[in-house]
Amino acid sequence: MKWEVVIGLEVHTQLTTSSKIFSPASTAFGAEPNTQTAVVDIALPGALPVMNRAAVDKAIQFGLAIGARVNRKSVFARKNYFYPDLPKGYQISQFELPIVEGGQIAINVDGVEKVINLTRAHLEEDAGKSLHGDYHGATGIDLNRAGTPLLEIVSEPEMRSAAEAVAYAKALYSLVTWIGICDGNMQEGSFRCDVNVSVRPEGQAEFGTRREIKNLNSFRFIEQAIRAEVQWQIETIEDGGKIEQATVLFDPDTGETRMMRSKEDAHDYRYFPDPDLPPLVIDEDWIERVRNALPELPHDMQQRFERQYGIPAYDAVTLTASKALAGYYEATVAAGADAKLASNWIMGDISATLNREEQDITACPVSAAALAALIGRIADKTINNKTAKDVLKKMWESGDSTDAIIERDGLKQESDSGAIEAIVLEVIAANPKSVEEYRAGKEKALNSLVGQVMKASRGKADPAVALELLKQKLA
Amino acid sequence: MIESSLKQLSAALAARQVSAVELAGEFLARAKQYNGELNAYITLDEQKTLSEAHDADVRRADGTAGPLTGIPVAHKDIFCQEGWLTTCGSKMLGNFVSPYSAHVIEQCRAAGLVTLGRTNMDEFAMGSSNENSAFGPVKNPWDKNAVPGGSSGGSAVAVAARLAPIATGTDTGGSIRQPAAFCGVTGIKPTYGVVSRFGMIAYASSLDQGGPFAKSAEDCALLLNVMAGFDERDATSLQREREDYSRDLERPLAGLRIGLPREYFADGLAGDVAAAIDAAIAEYKKLGAQIVEVSLPNTRLAIPSYYVIAPAEASSNLSRFDGVRYGHRAADFDGLVGMYEQTRAEGFGWEVKRRILTGTYVLSHGYYDAYYLQAQKIRRIIANDFQAAFRDCDLIAGPVAPTTAWNLGEKSDDPVAMYLADIYTLGVNLAGLPGMSVPAGFGADGRPVGLQLIGNYFDEARLLNAAHRFQQATDWHLKAPAL
Repeated sequence: MKWEVVIGLEVHTQLTTSSKIFSPASTAFGAEPNTQTAVVDIALPGALPVMNRAAVDKAIQFGLAIGARVNRKSVFARKNYFYPDLPKGYQISQFELPIVEGGQIAINVDGVEKVINLTRAHLEEDAGKSLHGDYHGATGIDLNRAGTPLLEIVSEPEMRSAAEAVAYAKALYSLVTWIGICDGNMQEGSFRCDVNVSVRPEGQAEFGTRREIKNLNSFRFIEQAIRAEVQWQIETIEDGGKIEQATVLFDPDTGETRMMRSKEDAHDYRYFPDPDLPPLVIDEDWIERVRNALPELPHDMQQRFERQYGIPAYDAVTLTASKALAGYYEATVAAGADAKLASNWIMGDISATLNREEQDITACPVSAAALAALIGRIADKTINNKTAKDVLKKMWESGDSTDAIIERDGLKQESDSGAIEAIVLEVIAANPKSVEEYRAGKEKALNSLVGQVMKASRGKADPAVALELLKQKLA
Repeated sequence: MIESSLKQLSAALAARQVSAVELAGEFLARAKQYNGELNAYITLDEQKTLSEAHDADVRRADGTAGPLTGIPVAHKDIFCQEGWLTTCGSKMLGNFVSPYSAHVIEQCRAAGLVTLGRTNMDEFAMGSSNENSAFGPVKNPWDKNAVPGGSSGGSAVAVAARLAPIATGTDTGGSIRQPAAFCGVTGIKPTYGVVSRFGMIAYASSLDQGGPFAKSAEDCALLLNVMAGFDERDATSLQREREDYSRDLERPLAGLRIGLPREYFADGLAGDVAAAIDAAIAEYKKLGAQIVEVSLPNTRLAIPSYYVIAPAEASSNLSRFDGVRYGHRAADFDGLVGMYEQTRAEGFGWEVKRRILTGTYVLSHGYYDAYYLQAQKIRRIIANDFQAAFRDCDLIAGPVAPTTAWNLGEKSDDPVAMYLADIYTLGVNLAGLPGMSVPAGFGADGRPVGLQLIGNYFDEARLLNAAHRFQQATDWHLKAPAL
């Protein structure tokens, strides 16, 4: 039987506010345990939550960026359950009326474009952390993270493969970091995914029973976990078993998913509107204020790049993969570089080197102005393309400027036909076989002779001039 | 000094006829003398009180004093107060010394009021008799076989027995008005949102509201001036201009329309209470008020609505008492769930457990619509009934409770009978309106009767005005129990 996979994602993004969602305590990561806790975060008796408007700003930004409806009125609700790192015994979340509903994210898998619809996005607070370290057999509780603002983004079950799910997660990641509502630090848990997976026979309309894989914090794990889960579900059904609704965890060491709790163990969270927080009312002015502060979105920027710089769509998409990369490109062009050459160099040598070093553009040691200077020296024929690659490598390592390296290493391209002519004559004399082949009609032999001229000139000869001279002399 | 009004005490302090230390000493001495039999205070800390009094004297001397600086106040043990044991009447918080202060406490300290002690209360403010305190019941000073009412019984008794000139309280379903009535003192629950709930330990967040107890409406107005005020740390605190609640005290009552809800005078109201209320109404007529009949047709529904909403909120509010971070933790337990179960089994009393269970039940999957949502609908209907009544009158008057104080132990085994006694007070909380209790005589058993006055939103000044004019014409509020 052919199986179809159905996947929906719930992504928890930590919002980049300086203070917590309902308290004035700092959200900075990595402080000593329990040092960033106001009375609300420890849930002292009598402590009350107060909405942080900066978190609301970020939720509105997200809603606008995905073309969703920003609800003019949304309601905070209490999700009740006991756990040591949940100090109040309930999490403040949104249930019936979330702040954002609808919206879309476009993904691209193997060149095929697909639009994923979102169900909703709602504001809530993060829990603290249980520390199972050396506490004399006890568990430690760190409440620094308790109350960190989260935007939980829920997709429709519209993905049909692990690849699509990863593409969606990446597109979402790129968007939330682009608009700056999330720092994207996955190791620190700023972007965590719960993945709902089910399978059904191809052509069947109803969904199969889903299982939810909790808390995946890397794109690789998302892919591995989905593949493992799908395989398990298909095997289970084909062996005559039935899928029971459950929450599972992915173990990267074994590459398997394992049951955390079944449907029978599911909590009754007893949601009800939080009486400490009035409904969140957002007026038009607030939305307009956020809209005006919203950065240019990736899709708009792509279209502008094509229009403004005359580069192909492929280049525009690649260069707008991140805001930093796009900024680097624009700065390079602004510093005088040819737009297409700049695109080629950034997508080529610059990206390749960064990938090799596992860095992103923000760590690039060659500034946009320095790259523009290098490209300028190619355009004015001071150096040729091949030499430029070497110069870039040296710039990368030493931090020296293009001109300093050209000067120091004597790399200035030789375009004077007099000087090149001497070399051309030597090469003709030293390579009778190639000369003969060329004269016999083998055009390729000429390339070999140009190569010899370049070699003899230690790369400095202008290859166009060398070619021209060779043709003259052998005519 | 113990019978003096706040104005008199303020004048005496200003004239240096008495120091704040002397004044605190006098009330402390009484508190120590009578607390053994009345149990009004959970905590008395002479050293802390005298230190605060000393600070007040310094302020009096250096000219930074306000009018109330140096006047002692007793605080209900529900307001977190930095450095003070803050138990909320529960074993669960039997060891909890608060690291911070409630907004009400901050404001009292800023005004220079001197903390006399922390008053007894029904555990987590759940109760109408003060028998639910983990620190033992409070006795009614008018008759030590009688309950003082609840949940702010300790505060009511502290004022009634002259163990404090004024006291703070909270009112979720009548917890200021009913003990004020049972103890023959004056108390007011302001409009919801007037007094910040920051640092006030939550029972039912959408109903809880702090307010003052005093011997008179005038003193209540002066203490309310200190307690009220916007606080950005409470999202339900209302951002309004500060007002002087004593500004209209002397205004004549001629033309004031007082509405009598016929449902408040129906079956179930004891004859002696009805007689006292009728006499009070007659007094108002003499003062020039116009009496009209109004209707609050859904009064009976206030009881089921309240006893769904309040426990629902409480079941969630009290989840934080889990033994993890502060307060009681069981000594012996097995595993995490065992720790929760054992800690909460030991830390909470029966009434608290009953309400947590009720609240958990009504919020559960499959019951939410039938109970919680339905109760919220009734709540809106009751609020609408009040607005309809206020089209025909300026204030509503009636009894606070159907009877005078009952005997200790009389209703302990019958929680529903106890709930039914809240019938006249619950609607005010459900609607968020201001209401007060004014001494209006005594029942056949010699126990006090309280007249309830209910105003429209933000009509505290008018309520206090009506109560003050009544107190100018009568002397019920001046009667003190013989100890």
